[in-house]
Amino acid sequence: MTVKTSIPATEGLSAGHLACQGCGATLSMRYALKGLGQETVLVIPACCWTILAGPAPMSSVDVNVVHSPFACAAATACGVKHGLVSRGDEATCVVAWGGDGGTFDIGLQALSGAADRDEDILYVCYDNEAYMNTGIQRSGGTPRGAWTMTTPGPAGADRPKKDLDAIIAAHRPRYQATATPAYAEDMVRKFKKARAIKGFRFIRILAPCPPGWKYESGDTVALSRLAVQTGMFPLWESEEGRFRLNLSPGKRKPVGDFLRRQARFRRLTAEDEAAIQAQVDAAWEDFAKRA
Amino acid sequence: MRKTLMGNHAAAVAVRLARTGVVAAYPITPQTQVVEALAEMKATGEFPGRFVRVESEHSAMACLVGAAQAGARTFTATSSQGLAYMHEMLHWVSGARLPVVMAEVNRALGAPWILWTDQTDSLAQRDTGWLQFYCSTNQEILDATLIAYRVAEELLLPVMVCYDGFTLSHTYEPVDVPDQALVDRYLPPIQYPYALDIKEPRAFSALPKPQEYFRLRRRMDADMQRAQEEVAVAEEEFAELFGRRYSAVEGYQAEDAEVLLVTSGAPASTALDAVDRLRAKGLKAGNLRIRQFRPFPTAQLRRFLRPGVKLAVVDRNYSMGHHGIFCEEIKSALYAMPNPPQVFGYVAGLGGGDITPELLCEAWEDCAAGRGDLNAPVWLEDSR
Repeated sequence: MTVKTSIPATEGLSAGHLACQGCGATLSMRYALKGLGQETVLVIPACCWTILAGPAPMSSVDVNVVHSPFACAAATACGVKHGLVSRGDEATCVVAWGGDGGTFDIGLQALSGAADRDEDILYVCYDNEAYMNTGIQRSGGTPRGAWTMTTPGPAGADRPKKDLDAIIAAHRPRYQATATPAYAEDMVRKFKKARAIKGFRFIRILAPCPPGWKYESGDTVALSRLAVQTGMFPLWESEEGRFRLNLSPGKRKPVGDFLRRQARFRRLTAEDEAAIQAQVDAAWEDFAKRA
Repeated sequence: MRKTLMGNHAAAVAVRLARTGVVAAYPITPQTQVVEALAEMKATGEFPGRFVRVESEHSAMACLVGAAQAGARTFTATSSQGLAYMHEMLHWVSGARLPVVMAEVNRALGAPWILWTDQTDSLAQRDTGWLQFYCSTNQEILDATLIAYRVAEELLLPVMVCYDGFTLSHTYEPVDVPDQALVDRYLPPIQYPYALDIKEPRAFSALPKPQEYFRLRRRMDADMQRAQEEVAVAEEEFAELFGRRYSAVEGYQAEDAEVLLVTSGAPASTALDAVDRLRAKGLKAGNLRIRQFRPFPTAQLRRFLRPGVKLAVVDRNYSMGHHGIFCEEIKSALYAMPNPPQVFGYVAGLGGGDITPELLCEAWEDCAAGRGDLNAPVWLEDSR
């Protein structure tokens, strides 16, 4: 049987990358590059992708990569764009590609500055919900209750995940979207769309991480899908402030289907799970109003 | 054309004359007028480059990393806390071999809050791999900025043009603003050899092996050493085209001096007056002005030193627990001489206190009278 998809057959990511088995951030890069094409420059701050892009002189992607220090992917990307434009190149798409630590936490100031100036860049956060490259420490993207190396107690992380999407939305970006690799067509379409828009654009990808979330590496796509089906990670986009839900999960699966497959949530009690379910339900009531 | 410019405007004019492609700007006293002047020139169309109003100094330098990697000629300006805040990026710029030029308007560092000049901010960036020039006049600010671009793009190393906050930055002086055509001859369009090319994708600053890192650092130092010669060549060509001559170390009445003041920045012009006053009293005084801190001009300095001469190094900067920073560097540079001169340190004007001719005469006379201590600096306070 042949399955027809809208996803381009071109491959911008080579097989020789250094990712862990089942890495969601790697699947995400593969689809992103299919949507972005070769006229792209990636600016990568300290994150897993610092390593995955390959040690010198190798590279696992077929586009230019400019590595940057942790706090300044957005500012460096702005500079690349201004430098290219000053030399007459308006066409190249400049993409900052950072993890949740480099986006929610240390890179937030530079990101806010770039969004505020409506810089002509696309900022992508592949959110694997902790500092995974340094070995699983809590970040602003870590959800409440998750175990990390710096939240080792029985309660796990004691604060809710920072609402980065709301922070970005408050900057009134040209385009904002969420994506996750189980929905590859949706992701590729969003990258194509973002590429064609001028001004500040932002995509947050939920990128499951087998060693960080503690699940079998074959379950990445299943967890990516369950995050959407349980309503914990809604797929949406917003163009010039016009909000649209991309996928209505219909009858949502219980959040436990997503949580219980990950050992990082092993210590959650039935009450914890019920509280998370209630939060998700409330969030969906809000979505229903916005959409 | 001769104009009356404050130091900050002299820097901005140089950036326009250099046809800089990307300026990233963030305000901080006493540098702010540099970027204000560029914003104004941008608004009137006089400055056609890109002007990015970043949200911090860290982002200013990060933005220039991107722009320079894309092949653009770049500029920013900062002072004090701003420079300290971009410290991480200073290492990144030099390591990535990007020819960024920055005006660094010297201002003391807090705490406590302090607005006025001293050089500890820039001298504390000693090991970041940037060339550093120290200016004594507004004319020199303009000229050194043009020379900085020339040298940076030849060596693929960044250059900091440093000058005293308020004393130079906010003071008007007559400045010869050269013709654009002449500047274009001196400074052709930038040809950055490692500019990113969409058709030939590469990874920039990716993780190397230790051995490769070691070799890159060694090569960087070789280019920093080569800068001694390249800066001299750039200054020579500058003199031929513009008629103004600079060198890494400049002597005044140095030939027969028994004690040489050693100064930098604005106090180095005050020192000329101090030397004249001492000479008028029949004393054999002289001055050495250090214009270049990195690479440190060891050979140029030694050329001025006769056996038996004593150096009175006046530092408006300090390395806690040790010495004034120029004093410390000079001692290190002269250690390997057969009969090195005695070097005495004088610390003055930290946080912007005036370094007057009287104060410089006091340092000279203290040194000449043999009251100095080779192992510890003398702290000179302007008593007026």
